[in-house]
Amino acid sequence: MKKKLANWRLFTFMGLMALLLSGCGEPFLSTLTPAGEAGQTAYDLMMLSTWIMVGVVIVVSILFAVAVLKFRRKKGDTTIPKQVEGSHVLEIVWTIIPIILLIILAIPTVLATFDLADTKAMDKKNEDGTTDAMVVNVRANLYWWEFEYPNQKIITSQDLVVPTDQKVYFNVKASDVKHSFWIPAAGGKIDTNVENVNQIWLEFDNEKAAEADNLFYGKCAELCGPSHALMDFKVHALPKSEFDQWVTAMQAIDAKAAEAAPEDPAAAEGQEIFNQKCLSCHAVTTADARPEAARTAPNLAGFADRERIAGVLEHNEEELKNWLADPGQYKPGNKMTGTYGELSDQELDQLAAYLMSLKVE
Amino acid sequence: MSTIAHAQKRGFTGTIWEYLTTVDHKKIAILYLLAGGFFFIVGGIEAMMIRIQLAVPNNDFVSAGLFNEIITMHGTTMIFLAAMPLLFAFMNAVMPLQIGARDVAFPFVNALGFWLFFFGGVFLNLSWFLGGAPDAGWTSYASLSLASEGHGIDFYALGLQISGFGTLMGGINFLVTIINMRAPGMTYMRMPLFTWTTFVASALILFAFPPLTVGLFMLIFDRMFGSGFFDVAMGGNTIIWEHFFWIFGHPEVYILVLPAFGIFSEIFPTFARKRLFGYSSMVFATVLIGFLGFMVWAHHMFTTGLGPVANAIFAVATMAIAVPTGIKIFNWILTIWGGSIKFTVPMLYAVAFIPSFVMGGVTGVMQAAAPADYQFHDSYFIVAHFHYVIVGGIVLGLLGGAHFYWPLMFGTMLSEKLGKITFVLFLVGFHLTFFIQHFLGLMGMPRRVWTFLEGQGLATGNLISSIGAAFMALGIIVLLVNIVITQKKNIQVGRDPWEDGRTLEWAIPSPVPFYNFKQLPLVRGLDPFWIEKMEGKTDMTPAEPVGDIHMPNNSFVPFVISLGLFVAAFGAMYHADEGKDWAIPVLIIGMLITFGAMLYRSVKDDHGYHIHKEDLLDEAEGGTR
Repeated sequence: MKKKLANWRLFTFMGLMALLLSGCGEPFLSTLTPAGEAGQTAYDLMMLSTWIMVGVVIVVSILFAVAVLKFRRKKGDTTIPKQVEGSHVLEIVWTIIPIILLIILAIPTVLATFDLADTKAMDKKNEDGTTDAMVVNVRANLYWWEFEYPNQKIITSQDLVVPTDQKVYFNVKASDVKHSFWIPAAGGKIDTNVENVNQIWLEFDNEKAAEADNLFYGKCAELCGPSHALMDFKVHALPKSEFDQWVTAMQAIDAKAAEAAPEDPAAAEGQEIFNQKCLSCHAVTTADARPEAARTAPNLAGFADRERIAGVLEHNEEELKNWLADPGQYKPGNKMTGTYGELSDQELDQLAAYLMSLKVE
Repeated sequence: MSTIAHAQKRGFTGTIWEYLTTVDHKKIAILYLLAGGFFFIVGGIEAMMIRIQLAVPNNDFVSAGLFNEIITMHGTTMIFLAAMPLLFAFMNAVMPLQIGARDVAFPFVNALGFWLFFFGGVFLNLSWFLGGAPDAGWTSYASLSLASEGHGIDFYALGLQISGFGTLMGGINFLVTIINMRAPGMTYMRMPLFTWTTFVASALILFAFPPLTVGLFMLIFDRMFGSGFFDVAMGGNTIIWEHFFWIFGHPEVYILVLPAFGIFSEIFPTFARKRLFGYSSMVFATVLIGFLGFMVWAHHMFTTGLGPVANAIFAVATMAIAVPTGIKIFNWILTIWGGSIKFTVPMLYAVAFIPSFVMGGVTGVMQAAAPADYQFHDSYFIVAHFHYVIVGGIVLGLLGGAHFYWPLMFGTMLSEKLGKITFVLFLVGFHLTFFIQHFLGLMGMPRRVWTFLEGQGLATGNLISSIGAAFMALGIIVLLVNIVITQKKNIQVGRDPWEDGRTLEWAIPSPVPFYNFKQLPLVRGLDPFWIEKMEGKTDMTPAEPVGDIHMPNNSFVPFVISLGLFVAAFGAMYHADEGKDWAIPVLIIGMLITFGAMLYRSVKDDHGYHIHKEDLLDEAEGGTR
């Protein structure tokens, strides 16, 4: 039996090594491939604590294994072992050593806690109310994300676009129930509360972003209802110049651009349907002047360039039509189901054609 | 009629009636064991459904809404309806015997505590058949629990409220018992560790359950009676719920794990034939863990946005708990060091517990580092961590305890052979299921997800995890077979069946007489039975001459009081619905049943009865043993 136990410990250890060798998950998702400073800080602390703890586990395991192997009772052995009361020296040793280990861990913990909470740059407002810092307001809703760039006056959703090699500051909150904003590769999560705004900063290295094809996965990390698992978003981390281009292009999608009828006749028909059935919730301009409470559905400006439909489906016309025909099948409990009546096949084709024409030029 | 004979032979209905009305701590222990075991199976089935759903990407074994109900009920059932009552079963069965008491201080309240727990648990589980179970997670965070449709959350709040009353009463009862009813010579520093951990856990219950009660009442009022404690639109605040829940929820972890530590602290010395190493520091560590357990709740809320000052303070406080826990681990190892270890099934569980629990403990310290926890929080890393603590600590303790104390509770011995099969299957399954989940979390898998998409590198790990769960289920099935076979054979094993019993509970005849000790024993030190045995004696020295024993009468009133609350809960729940005019009368009738039964109890004199000295002496001569 002791053999078996020792084998099992070895087995666990081998499993651990195999995992370490087989990689650390996907670079666009894993916390073990940090993409920038905030993620790196968390990662360093994770590693420091892991190695201290692996040390503890090894010491305990050796003591434990020796005790279990050495002091087995032989068959028919009826001797009574010496009844030891305790040992002050030993007890002091195994009180002091853990305290020292914990101090080693506690100091960087406290420093990093304050470092990661330092969002003072957001508060330095210029005269026109903008900030020099790169700020994004994140609003979490039942199964979709809104990203508002207050300095650039852009509102978009589902696909977050950020510049690399600089700190990006986030104001996060929720508009219905509590969610949690998490880009695992970029750093730790922060809850989006319903009663207050939380602040956090993240940073994306240009090189690390390139390794992940400039695309990271974002997740909702707090149970929020049936489709909690499907409340994904995507993060495009672009070099500063490309980011600026994107901002300019997005700003160009103003009311005039949005009202112009698409050239494709099917898409033009689709626009009609959209204006009747969808526009009251979904905006197609990036400068949506409506108050937050009225913005009850994702902003669709630049929809054609998004990564996924509704955050989870492949981005093509076929899946778009499936989604429009029955959103509830793909995201149970979403707020879109049943708000716009039945759509005929032809209407679906036209709507899809229109939505796929909403490009960022 | 002899007063002893009255407790003898009965028919089937007589037995049922006996258990419905019993106030005997040993029978209440069996009730807790049966009910807790039943809910453990229910929670286990829910766990299996979770692992089947997550075995492969994009699975649709259960729907998204149903999945949330299953995870909520799995967590709630396992914590409140399985782990707590199973530990209460051992506390009831063992603790009064360990301190040489004839029963707990308030036998009637003991029975009331059980029936409240039982009706609360049944009420909660009826939600499956009455429109859907709660679906906001076992933590039931306020914004989601207020938004949840249907009556699921109402079942959660009312069911936990009722069973929580029971737990609170149980805790107070144990406290009073340990303070007042120790046998002559049983000083505090001679109490066995299981009694000590029961004592500290009961104190934690006393302080931790009121915040839960308050929080649940607020939730009940918000959902059913139109208040706005957590409703932001009405000026409420949802973060308050998180504080209430975790001020209860973190000590709750220690309420569960300390008695498990206690069980192991009994098993190690018994099968190593060596007294517990560093007894006084073990006691000190237990008390310290209990105290610090109240200082760290906000580490569950590092990502809530409390700010760096609060996060840093709670991070350091949390790390501090590692010190007393470490003291315990090393003391256990040093207990078996130099001992003479016999590998019975309980000892196997105890031995396996050390590395398993250390694994859970060290990940706990890792999470205490707040900035690292921003990554761990609400990911599968957390799921792995708390299952290492709960399964690796508490469930191994319960399984080890079940094998260890089975002879004490039933007079029979579970099969060692089948026990070892259960042990291997369960332990291998446990590590297979949960070890890999640490990595799933680090790779970016959030917890409580109904499914996961392909292409994220999460498929292999989840499949391995699900396979492990199947092993655990097989282990439990073998255990059930073991129990059925053992009870069918019904071979009575007599007193001190493990041969190395050290504490008072092993000094008592088997099956344990319904009045426990004919004469209260004289306790001469730690491990009193061992001391007597080492001096060549077979029995404890009595501390009093044989005399009349005062016993409480059985009572059906606890059942009725609990039933009343159960009925009232339906009224409270449905009164807000359209067209359910019967709801308010039901609420009132239920409360009338409860308060009526309480009034009946208060005005009717019930002095119990005495077992006469002559009968006790007759019995001894007749040699009923």
